[in-house]
Amino acid sequence: MTFPKLAPLAVIAAMAATSAMAEITVTDAYAFETAPTAMAGGGFLTITNTGDSDDVLTAVQADFPSVQLHTTEFDGDIARMMHLEAIPVAAGETVTLAPGGMHVMFMGLQGNPLTAGDEISATLVFEQAGEMPVTFDVVARDTADSHGEDRGHNHDQNSHDHGNSHDH
Amino acid sequence: MKSVIFGSGVLAIAAGLGVYAWQANTAPTPCGNTSVAGAAIGGPFELVSETGETVTDTDVITKPTLVYFGYTFCPDVCPIDSMRNAIAADILADEGVDIGTIFISVDPERDTVDVVRDYTDNFHPEMIGLTGSPEQIREASQAYKTYYRAVEGDPDYYLVDHSTQTYLMFPETGFATFFRRDTPSEQVAEITACFVDQLA
Repeated sequence: MTFPKLAPLAVIAAMAATSAMAEITVTDAYAFETAPTAMAGGGFLTITNTGDSDDVLTAVQADFPSVQLHTTEFDGDIARMMHLEAIPVAAGETVTLAPGGMHVMFMGLQGNPLTAGDEISATLVFEQAGEMPVTFDVVARDTADSHGEDRGHNHDQNSHDHGNSHDH
Repeated sequence: MKSVIFGSGVLAIAAGLGVYAWQANTAPTPCGNTSVAGAAIGGPFELVSETGETVTDTDVITKPTLVYFGYTFCPDVCPIDSMRNAIAADILADEGVDIGTIFISVDPERDTVDVVRDYTDNFHPEMIGLTGSPEQIREASQAYKTYYRAVEGDPDYYLVDHSTQTYLMFPETGFATFFRRDTPSEQVAEITACFVDQLA
């Protein structure tokens, strides 16, 4: 999926006015929709450090009972999920939290599932860059796969149009 | 040699480490992927269905079926794998091959009947979600030689390590093959169709 380039830049510009150390850009923040009774949902995003000093993502704050940084490591075919205290973003580096690896865990959803089309307002906390607002777009999981879903007997297209540009 | 460890903590459950032994002992199957030489995977289990009824393996494996063990609190790996299996079933349905998909929870503490039903409906309307008592789940996991272990920590937000293979099971003949999580849905569908041709 792609995220409109201008929106995050606007956010960064706003940040720059308040923080001289805003050298972090965040793009492609999204989360998958969940089942109605789901207890947790995963969020993903891309963080780029355009500055010349290393930074560290230490927390994500959002309006859920608990929000943590997690990663999945594989030992053969066994998936081990782990709580991360921090995610380093070295100077000049881009770190991507993507399905199958690192993710933001929004926990304690009970009764408030993530619904496609919704947005999650959150704050990323960096050691150097400080607090940075970010909006996670909640998207349908079907769109994460290139396979055209047919469960709704609709072979033509996915159910949302989140900035995909391959059709005119 | 199979070792079984029961941790002292309520949440620490190890369902068998035999998985390590048989992964190294694989050979190509007639349908092109790897299978397990001499391993007895699957067999009888008793779990709780989406309606709260106790069901056995013969109640839910009534056609070629992809069986996966996971937990709904898992926001990343389990949904990817479950969706992969659901898409494989859709691909096969388009080809006129009717298969089932089953998700068996390895998190009896949190995965109630309602939670597992909603979770599986999110991936495919016909995916069967099964949960059960800790004992029922342990026995089902042992039958399939899967591994799971709840990581101690927060009582509400703990994580569960678990194996991620998907098993292709047939009602009469049982285990046919397994798929690792990096196998794309198209390949799962293709290999499953091959086994259906051979066995069904």
